[in-house]
Amino acid sequence: MFSFEPTDEQKLIVDEARKLAEREFRSRMRPSDERGEPAPEWILEGWKLGLLPASIPEAYGGFGGPSALTWVLADEELAWGDLSAALVLAAPNLVAFPVLMCGTEEQKREILPAFCGDAYVAGSAALMEPRFDFDPNRLQASARPSGGDYLLSGTKCNVPLAPEADWMLVWAACEGRTQGFLVPKGTPGLLVKERERNMGMHAFPMFTVSFEQCRIPAARRLGGTQGCDFQRVLNASKTGLSAMALGVARAAYEYAREYAKERVAFGEAIARRQSIAFMLAEMATDLEAARLMVWRAAWKLERGEDATRDAYLAANFTGDMAVTVADRAVQILGGYGFTREFPVELWLRNARGFAVMEGITIV
Amino acid sequence: MISFEMSAEIRQQREYAEKVSREQIRPYARHYDEHEHEVPWDFARFIWDEARHKLGCLLPGSMDFEEPFMTQVHTLEALAWGDEGLYMCLPWPALGGTAVLATGTEEQIERFLERFHGPEITWASMALTEAHCGSDSSAIRTRAVLDGDSWVLDGEKLFVSTARASMIDSGGIMIVWATIDPAAGRKGMRLFVVEAGNPGLKIARQENKLGLRASDTAVVVLDNCRVPFENMLSNTGDPQKAKSFKGAMATFDSARPMAAASGVGIARAALEYVKEQLAGNGIAIGYDRPRNQLSAIERDIVDMEAQLDAAWLLVLKASWLIDRKKPNTAESSMSKLKAGDVVTRITQKCVELMGNLGYSRRLLLEKWMRDGKVIDLFEGTGQINRLIVARRILGYTGKDLK
Repeated sequence: MFSFEPTDEQKLIVDEARKLAEREFRSRMRPSDERGEPAPEWILEGWKLGLLPASIPEAYGGFGGPSALTWVLADEELAWGDLSAALVLAAPNLVAFPVLMCGTEEQKREILPAFCGDAYVAGSAALMEPRFDFDPNRLQASARPSGGDYLLSGTKCNVPLAPEADWMLVWAACEGRTQGFLVPKGTPGLLVKERERNMGMHAFPMFTVSFEQCRIPAARRLGGTQGCDFQRVLNASKTGLSAMALGVARAAYEYAREYAKERVAFGEAIARRQSIAFMLAEMATDLEAARLMVWRAAWKLERGEDATRDAYLAANFTGDMAVTVADRAVQILGGYGFTREFPVELWLRNARGFAVMEGITIV
Repeated sequence: MISFEMSAEIRQQREYAEKVSREQIRPYARHYDEHEHEVPWDFARFIWDEARHKLGCLLPGSMDFEEPFMTQVHTLEALAWGDEGLYMCLPWPALGGTAVLATGTEEQIERFLERFHGPEITWASMALTEAHCGSDSSAIRTRAVLDGDSWVLDGEKLFVSTARASMIDSGGIMIVWATIDPAAGRKGMRLFVVEAGNPGLKIARQENKLGLRASDTAVVVLDNCRVPFENMLSNTGDPQKAKSFKGAMATFDSARPMAAASGVGIARAALEYVKEQLAGNGIAIGYDRPRNQLSAIERDIVDMEAQLDAAWLLVLKASWLIDRKKPNTAESSMSKLKAGDVVTRITQKCVELMGNLGYSRRLLLEKWMRDGKVIDLFEGTGQINRLIVARRILGYTGKDLK
């Protein structure tokens, strides 16, 4: 049967995530964006939600199991508060979820407990490469077998939290496919370079990282000798990013809607004009449609079905939708929308990232 | 628990609808497009004698499915994929029947809908629009005046789908919207049932249309049209208290996802056809490459697929609410406005993508483009549905936002 109603437990999580997002994320969104640094409260308070430990089975230190649906529901709320904050809080997932999905038993036992503690431990993933024709299935960074180990080489960009991450999952071309390698902090040959300077996501520190003859033991290849199903990881990544796009778009839509009801022009609220009201109706409609697409992809992921098509279409649709909705929010605020006194310009900058970013979050 | 699982029941209904569409609808689509106003008797006979006994949603009040409305939109989408024109000619209670079911008394339901269980092919129709008012339905002028124990209807109705089928080709019913008090606006509006054979009802003209040519769309003249007192829907003795207008408006909430579902069916037909042609020429659309590296045509296809899914998922969401009897006005309008946009854009783009073949009447693409346009027009135009959504999300009344 079809159902569009989250479980009671999911509703509780959504409710908690929304409160946190409003209290700790949204309130610190602008100063953090201006400063270009995350607010300490994001992880101090955010980690108390316990979302990640609740996604990891007891055998590996957690107290639950993974649920893509729960995560997309939570991600929308968190990103509604602030995208950078949501990305920082979810960064450990970048390592934990692929390991949970396709790691060997040893990898799960070695790595997952670290992400189930009382304190936040940063994780990271290096997927993107600095070129316009970047394609996750055709990476330039490579992992070559060498005396029972792998030698990683290449340059990665937009690597979240690179200097502080205890573990970095590095994606590289290996035997003709994209494979993951678990690289601990301080590995020789892993060189963290300059901080990225992007249009948006200012408070989510990302870096250029290069690998120069970086030697990785074979046991650290994700999934061991068989490797991993990268498409599955990519699907989960697209779905996660799409869920956050929903949050950003909803934030912009709600702000513009409330503004339009307050702002008076020619003697009445501008929301009472069809030119504004129709824009809002279209924003609400595409937002709802996007949400259903994200849910469908997450539902398939959660059932272990092939979500390639659904995740791809969801990412396409939400990526466009987020930019359009944020752009219209700026439009509804008029000149004010262009100023940094109001938040909508920030959402527009953040929204543009969804269609071009890959692998910076995962459900 | 969020779930997109299609039940075995829906799957079975859907598969049969697809078969009907493939074998009994699609092959005749072009013929009836080119023979406007010709009654598709073979199609109607097949649906009446055979198909509807397997497709539960085409029989009145027999939808004892676990997810009745959800089953219905799955069925209708598949039938419209075959042809929207013939889909409009389905002999079934349709919107008129829904209005009777939603607002009629038990006696009325029995009296007006029993014929849909009989051996004779029967159509139903609904007459609302008038020349001076389309979307502004509360401004209708058709009068209903009580004279002894009957109502006398006078007025002229426009764009009445299957009017001829219900009144002339079969012994069907027409639901007529009229006012018992023109000064009272929507409060004065009531629904009346006119049965075939009533001498006061005349089909004045059949429209010649851009699309949906298989379906008759007529101008109906009510001239001293007398119907029994008991033919006012939901009338239990005091006509002032009959709540047929509100009930009928609620039926629009379910009519919209149905229209949207049929639009999705048309758009899917066009997109599937173009994808098959491309695949046959070595252009397969995968879901594995970054969007900024797709060719223009690949990108068009991917965007259309995403938009089509978006519209369909909105239909499913509205249908789910309807099955659970939850408020669904905004969601139903969302599904309708999205489907109207999507089918218009997709069918127009598909004609373009297939070049001069797309424009040719040798293929059905140009027909789907002509048929598809109606989805953004009937059951409330795209603009009316935007207005409805806007009022809901802003918490505005009709007065706040005109």
